[in-house]
Order: sequence, then C-alpha cells, then structure tokens
Amino acid sequence: MLAKTGIPTVEQVCQVSPSQERLAAGPVAVIECFQEIPCNPCWEACAKGAILGMDDMNNIPQLDLDKCNGCGTCALKCPGLAIFIIDSSYSSTEAVVRLPYEFYPLPEVDEEVIGLNRAGEKLGKFKVIKVQKGGKQNKTALIWIAVPHELAMELRNIRIERVVNVG
Amino acid sequence: MRETEVLVVGGGPAGMVAAIEAAERGAKVVLTERDDRLGGQLIKQTHKFFGSQKQYAGSRGIDISKLLEEKLSNNPNIEILTETTVLGIYEDGVVTMEGANKHLKLKPKRTILATGASEKFLPFANNDLPGIYGAGAVQTLMNVYGVTPGQRVLMVGAGNIGLIVSYQLMQSGVEVAAIIDAAPKIGGYLVHASKIRRAGVPIFTSHTILNAYGQEFVEGAIVASLDDKWQPILGTEKDLAVDVICLAVGLSPLTELCWQAGCEMKYIPEFGGYVPRKNEFLETTVPGVYVCGDAGGVEEASAAMVEGRVAGISVAASLGFGLNIVQDLEAALKDLDQLRSGPAGEKILKGLEKLFARGKQHVS
Ligand SMILES: Cc1cc2nc3c(=O)[nH]c(=O)nc-3n(C[C@H](O)[C@H](O)[C@H](O)COP(=O)(O)OP(=O)(O)OC[C@H]3O[C@@H](n4cnc5c(N)ncnc54)[C@H](O)[C@@H]3O)c2cc1C
Ligand code: SF4
Ligand code: SF4
Repeated sequence: MLAKTGIPTVEQVCQVSPSQERLAAGPVAVIECFQEIPCNPCWEACAKGAILGMDDMNNIPQLDLDKCNGCGTCALKCPGLAIFIIDSSYSSTEAVVRLPYEFYPLPEVDEEVIGLNRAGEKLGKFKVIKVQKGGKQNKTALIWIAVPHELAMELRNIRIERVVNVG
Repeated sequence: MRETEVLVVGGGPAGMVAAIEAAERGAKVVLTERDDRLGGQLIKQTHKFFGSQKQYAGSRGIDISKLLEEKLSNNPNIEILTETTVLGIYEDGVVTMEGANKHLKLKPKRTILATGASEKFLPFANNDLPGIYGAGAVQTLMNVYGVTPGQRVLMVGAGNIGLIVSYQLMQSGVEVAAIIDAAPKIGGYLVHASKIRRAGVPIFTSHTILNAYGQEFVEGAIVASLDDKWQPILGTEKDLAVDVICLAVGLSPLTELCWQAGCEMKYIPEFGGYVPRKNEFLETTVPGVYVCGDAGGVEEASAAMVEGRVAGISVAASLGFGLNIVQDLEAALKDLDQLRSGPAGEKILKGLEKLFARGKQHVS
C-alpha cells in the first residue's frame, strides 16, 4: 500500500492510465500524484489548460487527456517528480517513457541504462534516446527511454552503471 | 541607546519576508541573524518546493532565499546584521545581542521573533556514538559545506524531512540502506516517498531502532517491527550495516526569547512543543512582540513566508504605516487558510484551534 511502502497500488496506477487508444495517439502525461497536498505547480505550468480541478491547491490534479499534448512542461516543474510522459506512438515495437531525473551525471544519448519499476526493481537495460534539460533554474531533466510497449506503464526510474577504467 | 521601529530576530524565510513587508510600508527595520548568512533552513533546501507560485513553488529553497535576499538588500529601510545573536528581551523593551564579539543593545518599538526550530533527538542504546546525526545537520554538511557524512545511512523518520534528506543523500552518492518510521503510515508527502522507493530504498513503517553498535563509531543498527501498541515484536530484529544513523524525528520551536519576553506559552503537540499564544495577526500576549514561522509552530517554509507577510503588515499597521493594510492583510490571511485547508493542514488547524482558544481576545 502506497502509504506504507511508497509504491502505488495497481488500482491507483490504473486510475491514471490513459486508454490504449489515447496512448497510441501520441505523447500524454501520466500524473502519479495520489494524495491531497497543498501543491499546484503542474496546474500553473500547463499552457494547454489540460490539468483540471485545482481551484483548491489541495485537490488531486485531474488530466484532460484530449487537451494534453504531452509537452512535458508539467513534468519538469512538479516538485514531487510524479509526472511521466508516455509516447506509445514511437514505433510498432517500442514506446518512449520520459521521466524526471535529478542525479548527476546525467545519462547520455544512446547510452544503455538500467530501467527500474515503481519498487526500484530492475526491468532490464534500455536505451536513452534523448536528454531534455530543464534549464539553469530548474535543473530537473527529462530522460527519454525507449522500452517495449508492455513496459511503458512499468518503467519509472533509471540507474546508470558505468564501468570506470582505472589507470 | 539605539532605537529602531522594528526588530526582526532570525533571517529565515519568515523573518526575511516580515522585514521586507514592514520596510516596504515605510518602517525602519533591523534584521538580525546569528548565522553568517541569511536564509535559515532555505539555504540547504536543494529540492523543489511544494505550495503555489505565490510561495515560489516549483523553485528550489536555495533560489528562493537568493530572491528574498535581493529584495532585502535593495530596501534602504532595512539594516541587516548577520553573525548577530539576540540574547535577551527585557521588561523595559530593551533587546540585547552579541555580534562581532560586541555586546549590543537596541530598543525596538516592535519585535518580530522568527527564530525557527531545532531538531528533536531520540533515546536508544548507544545513541552517543559518532556517526549519529540530526537530519538537518546532515543536510547542512552536504548542501552548505559539500561534505558527505558517510557511505551507508539508516534514516529514522519518514516525514518530509526524512524523505527529502534521504533523497539528497542519494544525490550526493551516499547509499540509503532503509528509511524506518514508528508510525504505521508514511508521514511525509507520498510523492516524495514514491520517488525514493523507485530508486530502490525500502521504507519500513511500524519499525523502530533498538540500538546502534560499533567500537569507535557507528558500524550498524538493530531495527525491529512494532505491534499496534508500538511495542517491538520479538524475533523481528534486523541488523543493518550502516556507518551513519540519521534522525529525522521532528522539530521543536525555538522559543527561549518568547519565554524570556514573558509571552504566555502553551504546549501544542501539533506544533512540536511549547509555543507562544498569539492572535491571528501573530501578536503574542506581550504587546508589540510578534512571532512568525516555525518559532510559533513547526510548519513549512511556504506557511512561514505567508506568516512573515502577516507579521510584517501587522507591525507596519500598528506603527501607522501603509495604505491598503486591510486588503493586504486579508489577502495574506486568505493565502494561509488556503495552504492549510487540505488534509495536510488538518494538524496545523487543530493546533491553531487550541492556541487561539483564548488567545484571540488578548490583543487589540
Ligand atoms: C530537510 C527539510 C526539508 C524541508 N522541505 C520543505 C519544503 O519542501 N517545502 C516547505 O515549504 N518547507 C520545507 N521545509 C521547512 C522549512 O524549511 C521551514 O519550515 C522554514 O525554513 C521555517 O522558516 P523560519 O523562518 O520560521 O525558520 P528558519 O528557516 O529555521 O530560520 C530561523 C533563523 O533564525 C536564526 N536564529 C535563531 N535564533 C536566533 C537568535 N537568537 N538570534 C539571531 N538569529 C537567530 C537561525 O539561525 C535561522 O537562520 C523543510 C525543512 C527541512 C529541515
Ligand atoms: S504534458 Fe504539457 S499539455 Fe500535458 S498536462 Fe503537462 S503541461 Fe499540460
Ligand atoms: S505539481 Fe506534482 S506533486 Fe504537485 S500537485 Fe502537481 S502532480 Fe502533484
């Protein structure tokens, strides 16, 4: 249970999962924010007006899946790093998960990194296809990872393991 | 003796905002900070803040501090005294302080106490071994001085501070073995918990630390599960090899100056300990002495800044400064209500209810 372990339940994830059709139609945000807290930067950041229900900042953000174009502005702003952008239109075999990342060094494009699920368990090795920096002020980066379609709603973090050559 | 209209004690977010608000309305302000720089807790907050844009949400604490500092230094009504510790407040209104090895005296017309809070400690066997720190101390070490405390950490406390400091330890390349909390549920924001969990750090609720062990310094800790009466369950002990134990078990308001000034004090568990009674304009039971931020009840930087606004405006108003005082005050009070209106603010409102029970009538 989320409040005991920090891992959202399957039901919670289902609640915020876009339909297969919406996923196939192109990039879309998945907002994994399940608790009422006084916070609303995602809502303030969205120029499309796709995040709804935040007239009270304690509310849980609701996404209008048709208005959201998956631009990722909200994901870069969210202090909880709770927003992911999923693009299932990437290729017939792969989807792209764009995830917020705040560890140095940042991965490099084409680098193979270890993919982790919501419990921090390894899912395998995946390729970085883009590193989108949040800017000087923001510093959060969005890392674009190509994954098989069935892992698009599973992969939520990465770990970089580099072999260091000594001497 | 030197006089001033407003003295602000403490240069954290609450004190900085209070000074700005009072000075912008025309009051002459002296702001004292015992540290060698302004910012209070903000200077070690490298994570992005919650709240709303008005309280700089989405910005990192350290950047918020810089913004406020700029506003302060651009205001000719404000004199900033860093490395200056306020020592006492006396019945005749004289405030004494120590700065640059000198003993100073000042007679302010109004005093705003924004001294923040200090970390609580936890009793367990061998808790005096080197390697056992408060979470705030670890944060200062890492984020202000660039020193990591060790290699592998046990974090005790899954409130926001425990969660955030764990995350920052990982960002510094330190391994976090586990986060434990005696409560059956994670106390901090679950989005923070999730981002730590998906980096591979287990969070054990209903767990406590039984003892630390080690020869010269911490070499490990024994933790155990708690039953529903919060008693350790025999046979559930786990041995964690760690060289640092980090305690994030709460803060208590720093109120020595409130006691000394003669403020009526009340024990409010929701606020972390004894706090001065105050009215909604944040004036204590001693006329002319105001309190804002964590010193008046442990909460958050966002609330501390809005409280600073309320205290600054109130003080200016009481000295006859300012034009749209009523609207400004109402707007600030509304922002405070908003921040506290959700489930996360319930505890604070409960505390306030107890505090205001008789306090409201005290002051004009
Ligand atoms: C790890 C951690 C993470 C946090 N994360 C968040 C967050 O994400 N969002 C959020 O809103 N809040 C957060 N907070 C809480 C926030 O930092 C505090 O609530 C806030 O800083 C309180 O502001 P303050 O001005 O009341 O006190 P402080 O920031 O503690 O400032 C008090 C100042 O007073 C000075 N002082 C004390 N006594 C004297 C004296 N006698 N003379 C002169 N100076 C004195 C101190 O040196 C200090 O600089 C976090 C806190 C911690 C520890
Ligand atoms: S991804 Fe872009 S359009 Fe979609 S909710 Fe976030 S900011 Fe709005
Ligand atoms: S910004 Fe992030 S943590 Fe805050 S409400 Fe939006 S999704 Fe939740």
